[in-house]
Amino acid sequence: MLIRSLDSQLRWLSLLLFLLIALISLLPSLRLLTEAVTSVSFTASSPLSDVLSSERTWRALKNSFYTSSLGTLIAVLLGSGFAFIVSLTNIRRRPLWVFCFMLPMMIPPQVTALSWLQLFGPASPLLNTFGIAPALGSANPMYSAEGIALLLGIQSAPLVFLALRTQLMNLPQDMVEAARMASASQFRIWIDIIVPLSRSALVAGAALAFVSSLGNFGIPAMLGIPINYLVLPTLIYQQMAGFGEDILSEVAGLSMIIALLVLAGMLLQQWLQQRSQYALIGHTTQPIFFDLKKARMPTEFALGMVLSFILVIPLIGLIISSFVPALGMPLNSNTFTLNAYVEMVSNQGSTARAFVNSGMLAFFTAMVLMLVCLPLGYLLMRLPMRVRSVVASLIEVPYAIPGIVLAIAFILLFAKPLPIINVSLYGTLGIIFLAYLSCFLSVCLKPVMTAMSLLDASLEEAAQLAGANSIQRLMHIILPLTAPAFFAGGLLVFLISINELTVSALLWSAGNETLGVLIFNLDESGDSVLASAISVLVVLLVASLMALLSLLAPRLPKGIIPWHD
Amino acid sequence: MARLILHNVCKQFSEQRVINNLNLSIEPGSFVALLGPSGCGKSTILRMLAGFEPVSSGEIRHGERCLSSEQQHVPTEARNFGMVFQSYALWPHMTVAENVGYPLKIKKIKGVEKEQRIKDALSVVELEDYANRLPSQLSGGQRQRVALARSLVTEPDVVLFDEPLANLDRHLRATMEATFRAFHKRTKATIVYVTHDQSEAMSLADHIAVLHKGQLVQWATPEELYNTPKNTWLANFIGRGSVLKVAAIEPLQYVKTDTLHQIVQMVNASAATSSILIRPHDIQFVEENVDALSVQVRTCIFRGERYDVELILNDGQALLAYSEYPMIEGSKHYVRLIQAWALEEDV
Repeated sequence: MLIRSLDSQLRWLSLLLFLLIALISLLPSLRLLTEAVTSVSFTASSPLSDVLSSERTWRALKNSFYTSSLGTLIAVLLGSGFAFIVSLTNIRRRPLWVFCFMLPMMIPPQVTALSWLQLFGPASPLLNTFGIAPALGSANPMYSAEGIALLLGIQSAPLVFLALRTQLMNLPQDMVEAARMASASQFRIWIDIIVPLSRSALVAGAALAFVSSLGNFGIPAMLGIPINYLVLPTLIYQQMAGFGEDILSEVAGLSMIIALLVLAGMLLQQWLQQRSQYALIGHTTQPIFFDLKKARMPTEFALGMVLSFILVIPLIGLIISSFVPALGMPLNSNTFTLNAYVEMVSNQGSTARAFVNSGMLAFFTAMVLMLVCLPLGYLLMRLPMRVRSVVASLIEVPYAIPGIVLAIAFILLFAKPLPIINVSLYGTLGIIFLAYLSCFLSVCLKPVMTAMSLLDASLEEAAQLAGANSIQRLMHIILPLTAPAFFAGGLLVFLISINELTVSALLWSAGNETLGVLIFNLDESGDSVLASAISVLVVLLVASLMALLSLLAPRLPKGIIPWHD
Repeated sequence: MARLILHNVCKQFSEQRVINNLNLSIEPGSFVALLGPSGCGKSTILRMLAGFEPVSSGEIRHGERCLSSEQQHVPTEARNFGMVFQSYALWPHMTVAENVGYPLKIKKIKGVEKEQRIKDALSVVELEDYANRLPSQLSGGQRQRVALARSLVTEPDVVLFDEPLANLDRHLRATMEATFRAFHKRTKATIVYVTHDQSEAMSLADHIAVLHKGQLVQWATPEELYNTPKNTWLANFIGRGSVLKVAAIEPLQYVKTDTLHQIVQMVNASAATSSILIRPHDIQFVEENVDALSVQVRTCIFRGERYDVELILNDGQALLAYSEYPMIEGSKHYVRLIQAWALEEDV
């Protein structure tokens, strides 16, 4: 049935594509699974039983749970609060609020961690500038489990915000009007109608926040490793950094534990969501809208305070840190220096190299994925609904499993030279490139699929009647009409991969460092000023790429750009 | 020019059979309407003719050429059919001229000939001045005319219309119907026109296929369909009138006044075995006399040129009649039935 409706050129292409997908989405997970399974033997000294009997494993597991749960709580409070206020009230400058609140999700975690580290502690340039730094020798409060949880919460709050906001925007106004006709007060409407209807979205957002916190590497690495507070991803990292490939199967066991936890979290989320889902009937032309009246100014003020606390002040701390000669010094006209920036562009060979490496990786990942997604999206749209959802969830797998697990899977896959051609990818940029392709395929594919599914089928049928074959239809009709979505998908991939740390933290090698790895290493070796300067540039890059995407927004279907309506 | 033949065509989606043993023979150059309520399978037939859907069994032929059967399926792009969609299906990123010229571009027709043919096609639908506009700058009626021009630019043998007027307002429909008629006269192409609107089908087509639940109910000219519908379902579907239960009578014949009054009056629950169709203009109000049927007025509604009167017969059955004067509800009158058409029962 499917094959019948495709012509032969497309048939070969589709076979090739599905093979490619199987390779880059399934192979890593399968390799990890076989490694973990083959190491299960019931002798006392097998690697997996070592992992399970090790006290460190259980402590890391407990730490992971503690920081992720607390982080999720913070994320839910922040994210739902913002979502309710920004989506349901007559607050002014809505797009700006949304943009600012989404920014923490897009800023790489190691930069977030760094900026918060510069904020507190005796060496804080910001506190020293105002002369309120604590005494030398006192601890930086960010180096703690709660510090990790706070940043995990801030980083994943946008996930809760997004899930909830999408749902709130789809609640039809007439439901609230009906409740008003029944003379319910605004508060009662909120409690009786809006909260129950958005419960499933809240649950989904919370589960996403928990899963993403579990897999987060940058924050616990920057805040936890210095005080030897390890969570699962940092435990894996430390083991790999300390012992190398000799303990690969042990690490594979650890990775399986995270992967299973994440999988359980996703299943739980789906189950909860199905239980509390209501079918919404009615027109969604006008979203629900509350008039804040006199409370508008105070509400805006409160939002501004929260935002400046979680976003603006840390960034100011980061910027100040990049202008001082060394940590611990205040910023004033005497100490102000551009040394770090000068050093970054001139002497530091590794800095320039990292910029080039990350830039190339991000560029080529985005380009290749855009090229793949054109035919792939087209073919997927022609598959029967059930097959399509199976393939789509397969593509989702590498993105859903934590980066550190994916990295281990890629090491297992490529540790030995490739058969036949006898080339080793391990220790080259190539392995990072492949891991990125696998990881970000779904990021690029989603906007493309959304745009394609919104396209009226008759547009293509009309071209078919005009005599155009599938390739011609793809190039003349589908591509021009979905081009903005392709571009948006590519930009999103570029944005995420240029800052990526988790995957490259395990896959990098000397000469092949990425931006994320560079910031992490500089901070670890005590060169926080230079790390701050690079981070400032990274934040600027992220913000301008996001702004570029926003310019594209009017030409895109709803929902493709997360921070846009 | 060749005849379009559907022979025992069946279509099944998973377990559900949507088209059942359909046989149609469409003469070259004719204007055929596929008429039926939504879900009757008419759009599926059109999609099979276009080649978007393969047949499950049976065969579609265009002259000697087999378009679709269980063994083979000529893809849409190799059929040289035109189609006008309900949603117009204009490509929003191309101008009017580019939209119309796209089939020529695919057929590698270039230069002066291409320009001339685009111009000709646009002149048929009177849109020469709009060649460089984008579809978004046109009104609904203009968009549909662009779609029409696009479907005729390659001079196809067959043009398919998929409810082309469904998205237009009532006033525009009348104008577009005239455009379609002129289009048919000028191109002499075979037209297959899907609609659920009987007046559209009646006024445009020279043959109508009425479909119900995937079955062909009747294949006839508009006049035949109105005057001599095959069964009670069709009689209720087409035109206005009343279907009455009467004493047994041979179906598919006209029944005149005397017999008619007899079988109407003879009816009682056990003997009511046949149905007849009485059109409102076959009912005359008369003075009281022995031959007349006595009726009571239930409702009387003003319709502008006349009144619609709903009458109740002695046995309680309702009868629709026209009157030039208003009638008091509940009042008694006498009528004479001129003729009725005896119907087959539904299967």
